[in-house]
Amino acid sequence: MNNSSIVGISVPRKEGQDKVTGRAQYIDDIVLPGMWYGATVRSTIPRGRIKQITFGAEVAWDDYVIVSAKDIPGKNCIALIAEDQPCLAENCINHPEEPILLLAHADRHALAKAVNAISIEYDPSPAVLTLEESERCCDIIWGSDNTFKTYVIQKGDIDSAWAKAAYIVEGEYRTGAQEQLYIENNGMIAWFDPEHGITVWGSLQCPYYVHKALMTLCQLPAERVRVVQVETGGAFGGKEDYPSMIAGHAALLAIKTRKAVKIIYDRLEDMAATSKRHPSRTRHRTAVSKDGKILGGTIDFTIDGGAYTTLSPVVLSRGAIHAGGPYYWPSVRITAKALATNAPPHGAFRGFGAPQSLFAMERHMDRIAQIIGASPIVVRQRNFLKPGQTTITEQAVREPIDLEKLLDRALELSSYQSRKESFAEENESGEIKKGIGVAAFLHGAGFTGSGERYLGSVVGVEACADGAVRVLVSSTEFGQGTKTALSQVAAETLGLGYEDVDVAPADTMEVPNSGPTVASRTVMVVGSLVCSAALGIRHALRQSGWLGDSYSPEEFRAACRNYVAAHGALRSWSRYEAPPDIFWDDEKHRGEAYAAFAWAVYIASVRVDLTTYTVSVDDFVALQEVGRVLHPVLAAGQITGGVAQGIGLSLYEKVIWQNGRMQNSQMTNYIMPTSLDVPPIRVFFEELGNVHGAFGAKGIGELPIDGPAPAIANAVADALGAPCDCVPLLAEDIFDILTTRVATADRSGSPSR
Amino acid sequence: MRSNPRDYQLVAPGTLHAVLSLLAEAPGKWLPIAGGTDLMVLYGAGKLAARNLVSIWSLPELRGIEVLPDQVRIGAGCTYAELREHPVIAREFPLLARAASWTGGTANQNRGTIGGNIVNASPAADSLPALLVYEAELILVSVRGERRVPYLGFHTGYKTTQLAGDELLRAVCLARQFSECLHHTRKVGARSAQAIAKVAIAALGGVAGGRVQEVRIALASVAPVPLRLFETERAVKGKSIDKCLLAAARRATVSEIRPIDDIRSTARYRSAVSSNLVEEFLRRLSAGAPI
Ligand SMILES: Cc1cc2nc3c(=O)[nH]c(=O)nc-3n(C[C@H](O)[C@H](O)[C@H](O)COP(=O)(O)OP(=O)(O)OC[C@H]3O[C@@H](n4cnc5c(N)ncnc54)[C@H](O)[C@@H]3O)c2cc1C
Repeated sequence: MNNSSIVGISVPRKEGQDKVTGRAQYIDDIVLPGMWYGATVRSTIPRGRIKQITFGAEVAWDDYVIVSAKDIPGKNCIALIAEDQPCLAENCINHPEEPILLLAHADRHALAKAVNAISIEYDPSPAVLTLEESERCCDIIWGSDNTFKTYVIQKGDIDSAWAKAAYIVEGEYRTGAQEQLYIENNGMIAWFDPEHGITVWGSLQCPYYVHKALMTLCQLPAERVRVVQVETGGAFGGKEDYPSMIAGHAALLAIKTRKAVKIIYDRLEDMAATSKRHPSRTRHRTAVSKDGKILGGTIDFTIDGGAYTTLSPVVLSRGAIHAGGPYYWPSVRITAKALATNAPPHGAFRGFGAPQSLFAMERHMDRIAQIIGASPIVVRQRNFLKPGQTTITEQAVREPIDLEKLLDRALELSSYQSRKESFAEENESGEIKKGIGVAAFLHGAGFTGSGERYLGSVVGVEACADGAVRVLVSSTEFGQGTKTALSQVAAETLGLGYEDVDVAPADTMEVPNSGPTVASRTVMVVGSLVCSAALGIRHALRQSGWLGDSYSPEEFRAACRNYVAAHGALRSWSRYEAPPDIFWDDEKHRGEAYAAFAWAVYIASVRVDLTTYTVSVDDFVALQEVGRVLHPVLAAGQITGGVAQGIGLSLYEKVIWQNGRMQNSQMTNYIMPTSLDVPPIRVFFEELGNVHGAFGAKGIGELPIDGPAPAIANAVADALGAPCDCVPLLAEDIFDILTTRVATADRSGSPSR
Repeated sequence: MRSNPRDYQLVAPGTLHAVLSLLAEAPGKWLPIAGGTDLMVLYGAGKLAARNLVSIWSLPELRGIEVLPDQVRIGAGCTYAELREHPVIAREFPLLARAASWTGGTANQNRGTIGGNIVNASPAADSLPALLVYEAELILVSVRGERRVPYLGFHTGYKTTQLAGDELLRAVCLARQFSECLHHTRKVGARSAQAIAKVAIAALGGVAGGRVQEVRIALASVAPVPLRLFETERAVKGKSIDKCLLAAARRATVSEIRPIDDIRSTARYRSAVSSNLVEEFLRRLSAGAPI
């Protein structure tokens, strides 16, 4: 066995060739014999009751199959955390674009007209459209107080912090909704027969979430529900919970038509109806000592969950835990709330609450610096968490992380000091103002707290009759490299070649539940389980005498072949077990929140053109510590892509809401950055190693979207000398910031800086 | 795709004469489709009202750029790729070449035509301010014959034109008289490429003896139609460019545009940026900087 020959090497992606040559079959490429097509009739109002549904005379309705809530065999809900979201609205409408009816027809082109020919009359009720309206509770739209979940995290004695403070710094920060914009829209095919039950194939992240939802909806036992992920063209969290809805719809149509039914969303429908990043509002009040040390503070973190619970409590929890950033807080009280509004439910999106609260924290650090008259660098240095100290949940930092060193390196890589000086000089005249901004942050890998223990993920590794090794996981590939990384881990563990290992298709009939493919957990948590399951195979082969103590890959393959020929299938299973010394109190949100954190410092240089008020990012340095980098090309790709998506969140992507409805659900009007809007992103890694993950890897997928928004907003604020506390910052927003500032300055008579 | 192909009819007669005869048979029944880059967007969204389409894509009579001694005649079927690569357009009509270069992406530039941009009549269209500044003339054709109309005034309101139901736009004529001028253009979109203009300027001018001799300014996306800023031009013509004049030009600009709040921007922003763009142009003009 040669050690470390595969991990750390940029091997070709397992599914890369098929994607590049066009052989990969995405859901809309798949056509089953006799298949029909489905479409969804949706609400047009944010809140109210359905009075009457009229089917227009211009359509031959006999050719269509129509499904309503009455056709649901089981429970009318999308089972996830709470069971409050109906699969099809029966009477009450709680958000625009809420599914009401389903149509199926043999000809996919016959659907749009039929959808338009159905008119629905409503009895509208007043809608709750903003966090402030939801808080006011004039109209109760969910539970008793419009609140899906509240968490309070409390550490130390805040009261004494106020007393000791030289400064009390307050700020309010907001982030907007963001669309995931995977290249492939959502889609599903369902097929039903009474004997086998329901099968769905689709573009999705979490086969077992869909499986659970279908069991409840169709009232079928586990073995009669089968979920198969097909090649998935991007997800970013957007295919974590919503696919359960589409799978449910396709399944209901398949049950009623007794045909395979395909539902594919076009971009308009996908953007208007499916989940987005939670909009957020964060209020900081911080006690700071004379020399810039944080003594304590309160953080009120509020997110807009939309009309139903979906994943909001979990997003809230992660956002709350990240709200203190990579800093040491002697005392803090974080009050986190997820509120209901009459908008389509907001859901999972890369970062999962952390980008929102970290935006606020990192903008607030710059505000603290400004108020106490120190540099943003010094204020961060004074407060960085150090090994041995505890986080806001009182989790001790056990890794030898040195954030000051990380910051120093990032400052050097971005020529921070010299730029700061030259920008100050250049900005004295002309219409171009330049600025530079820093964000330091952390991201917890894996499920929060006891989440992994509850999940109890199971992974299998199989020795095949042809001598190959297959990894059996429900962890899915959707462009981020799951198949490649897990194959590397198994091959490395067993001393095999990369090509000797593959990952089985994510089909709930074939693979165990290794948990959802979310939370930057796959390589770290599932990867570790792959290691131990793979070792189980080797052990069995040795025990049975087919494999010696040392072996070549060829000998290993021969041993697999011989074993299977002699004894039949060989599979080894491994189940997650929480480390024994881990303490977590879910109610109080106290203890070991994450098995590991990734750490980072990002620095953005921007220019603002005062002729057009547009911001462009000129340079971006992304430096992070993510444990062992298993695949340098994939890892750098994750960072580059995450930063680009973060630039979108910061400067371009704004959902325009009207009455709870997205107005710009088209890529011409919802603006994502093009390659011309993204500067060269300079990616650097520090490797400290981590005991938890496979070969020392920590999570990497979400980290890069946490840093760009605060780094860029700090840079824009630096360029303009004006606070930029909300993202996205479109040109119109910059214009408003500058003109309101001038107006305020005029009124108060104080010079604008 | 929200339209049913069965609801639509597309014919491609292949010659200008055949197309014009078809249009004449029942004026208004047939809608010409050139590159389809505007019409197919509507089709995809289920919003294309016209059911009968006649293809004029690659009709030889609408193609090509003809360079005559005193003018250039651009076929309505000319694509953006052809426009931006043409040496005479690039040299003498840089505002148009630039507009073509930032219209959509490569695929769109290979397919979209200048005729489609004009007849589609969006106030945000990229090539139209340039045509206003160059005082283009249009050649319209039908079985009844050809007529020549100034481009200025061709748009009669938001997305409406002087084109009759049996007519096609055949060509765009530009007089070759601007080589001495300074040409200035800038598009302000929501991103650096693949963006619809929130505001755009095309302008040309010349200064002699410290005074503005020649000046023409047009803006996109600030009124129901692409707008020539005659008031602003009057305010600066014959004057020397100083702080006072810049302020007057800004005032004139703001008074003659009619920007709105819409999904892409706000009236406030458009108004401020319009006057910024006019000022930027005048500053360049006074500095004599080449394009
Ligand atoms: C992805 C994308 C990006 C785009 N980006 C831009 C952009 O940046 N800037 C911009 O200005 N536009 C943009 N457009 C719009 C479009 O490409 C242009 O307006 C283009 O010039 C339209 O030309 P066409 O030949 O494709 O028109 P078509 O779609 O074929 O026709 C448009 C209209 O013009 C009529 N028509 C066309 N030719 C004639 C003729 N000779 N006589 C009479 N009537 C005629 C048609 O009947 C129709 O009403 C974009 C479009 C897409 C799809």
